[in-house]
Amino acid sequence: MEIAQIPNLALAAPEMWLAGGAMVLLMIGVFSGDGATRIVTGLSVALLVLAGVWLIWSPQMGMAFENAFIMDPFARLMKILVLIGSAVAIAMSVGFAKLENFSRFEYPILIVLATLGMLLMVSANDLIALYLGLEMQALSLYVVAAINRDSLRSTEAGLKYFVLGALSSGMLLYGASLIYGFTGHTNFAGIAEAMAEERTLGMIFGIVFILAGIAFKISAVPFHMWTPDVYEGAPTPVTAFFAAAPKVAAMAMLVRIVHEAFEPAAIDWRQIISFIAIASMVLGAFAAIGQSNIKRLMAYSSIGHMGFALVGLAAGTEEGVSGVVLYMLIYMVMTLGTFACILAMRRSDGMVEEISDLSGLSRTNPMMALMLTALMFSLAGIPPLAGFWAKYFVFLAAIQAELYILSVIGVLASVVGAFYYLRVVKTIWFDEPQSGFVPMAGELRLVLAASGIFTIFYVLVAGQLSQTATAAARSFF
Amino acid sequence: MVVASLFFYLFATVTVASAFMVIASRNPVHSVLFLILAFFNAAGLFMLTGAEFLALILIVVYVGAVAVLFLFVVMMLDVDFAEMREGFLQYLPIGALIGLVLAIELILVLGSFAIDTETVAATAVQPIPDLAETSNIKALGDLLYTKYIFFFQLSGLILLVAMVGAIVLTLSHRPDVKRQNVAEQVARDPNDVVLASVKSGEGI
Repeated sequence: MEIAQIPNLALAAPEMWLAGGAMVLLMIGVFSGDGATRIVTGLSVALLVLAGVWLIWSPQMGMAFENAFIMDPFARLMKILVLIGSAVAIAMSVGFAKLENFSRFEYPILIVLATLGMLLMVSANDLIALYLGLEMQALSLYVVAAINRDSLRSTEAGLKYFVLGALSSGMLLYGASLIYGFTGHTNFAGIAEAMAEERTLGMIFGIVFILAGIAFKISAVPFHMWTPDVYEGAPTPVTAFFAAAPKVAAMAMLVRIVHEAFEPAAIDWRQIISFIAIASMVLGAFAAIGQSNIKRLMAYSSIGHMGFALVGLAAGTEEGVSGVVLYMLIYMVMTLGTFACILAMRRSDGMVEEISDLSGLSRTNPMMALMLTALMFSLAGIPPLAGFWAKYFVFLAAIQAELYILSVIGVLASVVGAFYYLRVVKTIWFDEPQSGFVPMAGELRLVLAASGIFTIFYVLVAGQLSQTATAAARSFF
Repeated sequence: MVVASLFFYLFATVTVASAFMVIASRNPVHSVLFLILAFFNAAGLFMLTGAEFLALILIVVYVGAVAVLFLFVVMMLDVDFAEMREGFLQYLPIGALIGLVLAIELILVLGSFAIDTETVAATAVQPIPDLAETSNIKALGDLLYTKYIFFFQLSGLILLVAMVGAIVLTLSHRPDVKRQNVAEQVARDPNDVVLASVKSGEGI
């Protein structure tokens, strides 16, 4: 009998570190009760940070576990982004958990486990690995959405997310089974090889179902219905988490599967991605206009932004992928900063989430108003802020790939979208002030400052970041 | 050969019929019992293809654990299933229509798909072992703990997440609920115990 080789475990060290760490934290939490929440929260952030440090210092690249797990510059960059997103989301929940009475030690542990799932999604080089990573992330997210179980809205959000998520997993699995049936492989390289030989209608069906399942995870139209309700219903720190890291991971997974497995069918999937991109951009721009709740507004904003990021993917070129990477980086930073502001919208009698509650913020809290204004301008894509450059690079790639209609619709949608971001700015600066918010917590200040400074002074680091993004994109070409 | 196909049609027919009865029967307990029948017949189908390990696992896990759990839930929860199902017939035509359209589309697309056993054997990533030489469990174990160890471990982690999730969402420590303290009960002095005969329906 053949003796199995021991896989190169060093490649998956961050994942194993998170898995082991999460179990240790679970023990700590279970044996010392809810009093250990603070320690567990601190240690979870430390776990994520150390995993990120390992990724930055370890240059090892390659494949492990029978080619089911891949580590390349792209995976490394996306994993670092995911880890930053999750660590910041946990840190931002500290103050909220204390004041809103939901200090459960399981919350940071579930986020660590979700992050583990996301890292596996980014590294997945096999349909089975992809599905298992996705499911681990999704299960943790369902629970986290409903974690405030005494609140009707939170449980509703969790249940809605669970039912629709299960449906999308079903579609993804059906597509995966079709692809496996027609190509005989679950490994991405094997699928690409079989597709290059012959492309049958069944394979295209498989691609459509898989893309539909993934589009649900990045909340792209027409699979976006859950987003506004879940964003509004889930506790705000959870929403901040949902809007950042999982989107990055799902986008990375989408980029990898279309470029590694479905490369020979590029003509087919580029059409689908173009359609999803247009629909997301347009719906994100128009549906957000009527919103009065800022969390719902952010939900529609994230739908629109996913559309813009997909424009780069639709180009199907190296510039396009590099644009997507850059877009996700900038989107994540802007979103986390905006959610730091939303988490700071607290009066002495509790949290408020209406846009009108921000009126006159410029007089009651000028610093927060300034930062939030910069973030809103950046989300709208106004130069020279970071958001402009993100959009610039994806549209540049689309024009180079001769996708003129897509680019024109995208720019128009971005103009429409600017309206509702500017309306928030108008509320902040020109409306009558209301009673001010309670002072911002330290960690929120830190996140907001970092995010605001990054957005405003993006041009100073732009060269270096786009070099990194290009190096990451070169993994596929 | 004839006996095998006879059994195949027997198991297949009963599986489909009992699966239909699961959604059609009015009494939820009957539904669960039909579900168990469907599981047993599916296990029979596995048995026919030579997958005896899967057949037994299906019975142990699904009949032994899942279906019994269903029975518990159905009997413990006071849910009026008949009322829940009132809308069922109302939406049946449109649901059936959508299902039919989808099925026809898929059949048209995938109808040309035929499994050629020779090509499958030739392109299989891992050669299918000869069942005369090795047993089911051994063949599965050979793959599961070597080639697929990564997936195996990941599945385990997913189950951990599910367990943590279930506990987080349901376990509550309510101070007003009396809980059994076994140590206290065992350590009790028999002389302190007060015996009382309680009339039913009245309490103390």
